[in-house]
Amino acid sequence: MSKLFIKCPRCKTTHFISFLKHSAYVCSKCGYHFRLDAPKRIKMLCDKGSFREFDKNIKSLDPLAFPKYKEKLEASMNKTGLKEAVVTGECKIGGFPTTFGVMDPRFIMASMGSVVGEKITRMLEFSYENYLPAVLVISSGGARMQEGIYSLMQMAKTSAAVKRLNDRGLPLFTVLADPTTGGVTASFAMLGDVIIAEPDALIGFAGPRVIQQTIGQKLPKGFQKSEFLLEHGMLDMVVPRKNLKAVLTSLLEIHSTRPYENLRGER
Amino acid sequence: MNKEIEREIKHLKDKVKKLKDRVLKGNKKEAKKIEPLIEEMSSKIQELERLNAQVKPIDIVRLARHPKRPTTLDYIRLMIRSFMELHGDRRFADDQAIIGGIGFLNDIPVTIIGHQKGRNTKDNLKRHFGMAHPEGYRKALRLMEQAERFGRPIINLIDTPGAYPGIGAEERGQAEAIAYNLYKMSGLKVPIVSVITGEGGSGGALALGVADRVYMLSNTIYSVISPEGCAAILWKDATKSEEAAESLKLTANDLLKFRVIDDIIEEPGEGAHTDHEETAKRLKSKLLETIKELLTKDLSTLLRERYEKFRKIGVFVEDMPEDPLVKM
Repeated sequence: MSKLFIKCPRCKTTHFISFLKHSAYVCSKCGYHFRLDAPKRIKMLCDKGSFREFDKNIKSLDPLAFPKYKEKLEASMNKTGLKEAVVTGECKIGGFPTTFGVMDPRFIMASMGSVVGEKITRMLEFSYENYLPAVLVISSGGARMQEGIYSLMQMAKTSAAVKRLNDRGLPLFTVLADPTTGGVTASFAMLGDVIIAEPDALIGFAGPRVIQQTIGQKLPKGFQKSEFLLEHGMLDMVVPRKNLKAVLTSLLEIHSTRPYENLRGER
Repeated sequence: MNKEIEREIKHLKDKVKKLKDRVLKGNKKEAKKIEPLIEEMSSKIQELERLNAQVKPIDIVRLARHPKRPTTLDYIRLMIRSFMELHGDRRFADDQAIIGGIGFLNDIPVTIIGHQKGRNTKDNLKRHFGMAHPEGYRKALRLMEQAERFGRPIINLIDTPGAYPGIGAEERGQAEAIAYNLYKMSGLKVPIVSVITGEGGSGGALALGVADRVYMLSNTIYSVISPEGCAAILWKDATKSEEAAESLKLTANDLLKFRVIDDIIEEPGEGAHTDHEETAKRLKSKLLETIKELLTKDLSTLLRERYEKFRKIGVFVEDMPEDPLVKM
């Protein structure tokens, strides 16, 4: 791929990369939402200069001595300049303070190993301690196979942290981008108090190929896409990328006061 | 156990035999040269035989999936008095891949829930080989919340290849159903004990696995992905499941070492399938001992310890920032 141009994977229109950022990395012809890395998301959603990163020095180990895992980690770190597949911190969105986490699909498909689970849990715990809402922008291939059972257990760890946050009357807002699958969908992604998805994102538990192999028939059109999930009651809204910041701002504003204090013991 | 190793052993044994024949026939000078060679080969054979006798992860995978293993309904029959099965998620259906109900463990009223594999092909079609749809996890949660209302401890028996991958399952929110179980179970106000009794397959297993104590029977597995699935992704070859089973570190011994589980319940003889009664007896005594202990904990301790139990799982390093004055 040349560095100046990029082809839309859906309608094959060629775009100047430098122009694409003016349209929030959405194809001007067909509306395809290009996958975004974490730094771009932060720039797009957090108020300028407000993002303060947490835990940027946590790195994965190779607890199972899994074939080729170390090399994979090394390559991902070199490619992205990140230490792991999620960036977490606190920031302001539309003037409202919140914790903010974003997954980076360039890093082993933003799969969840110990570090991703730990950073997200710490971020949720920071919200809990400091009475802040939490926003997570998610895209992930699911649990990180190379960390075996440790990665599976991150699902329990993060889900318990969301529960604690909610018990204190604090909200989690999740934004699901393409793709959100497997163990990440089956934990914090689907636990948002409000769940937003970008248009046409693949969202599901089992991958389409696995399902097709199991049932041996063709999958319906639009299966496991955002609009399909909205229709089946699994999401609150599908929001085009250019409106995302405005929608998050509104959500944070509505949740910034409690007209009726029914959690005296907890708060 | 391993054909390659067996071939190698046979090859070495033939060689040793030939060398020994030569010693018997030949002169003393030659014998002196050959004897150390024979010795070296003999020790190599011994080593290979020891390796070959070792139980490999793939053998445990096979035992964990053995069709004659006791199922949840067998354990209930052998452990629980006055059991009553309760049905349905009150939302959509009664998933037969997970069953549950109430009864007595000795004198303690309990709620017991578990994946249910079929005992034959017809039964397996009805129960989807123990792979639940969302309504299975929702039924389990309904029964657990019922247990919470009445202060009953919960026992979960886990034996599933994983959550069912299908159109209906996705349409009805497979991911949400699993996520919501993890979320709710982390705060359920009664003791929970989960035991892997066969296959602990990924999210479908964990959906019954957020507990105060997690045990595994000795010939069971607990894994983020099946060895076949792992091999298909990693080597694009599902037949390399033996290597994958090795790499995934999915046996009870591995998980105890990682401190992901709390203890192993030894199976009798050649495995649980050879003696249902004895297996159930051992499971029951472990459950009784554990539940009695958990019942003495006050609620805030119980919940704090459950949170901590999962909170601390994970392996990573944390470098200090290069300049300690820089705010992290």
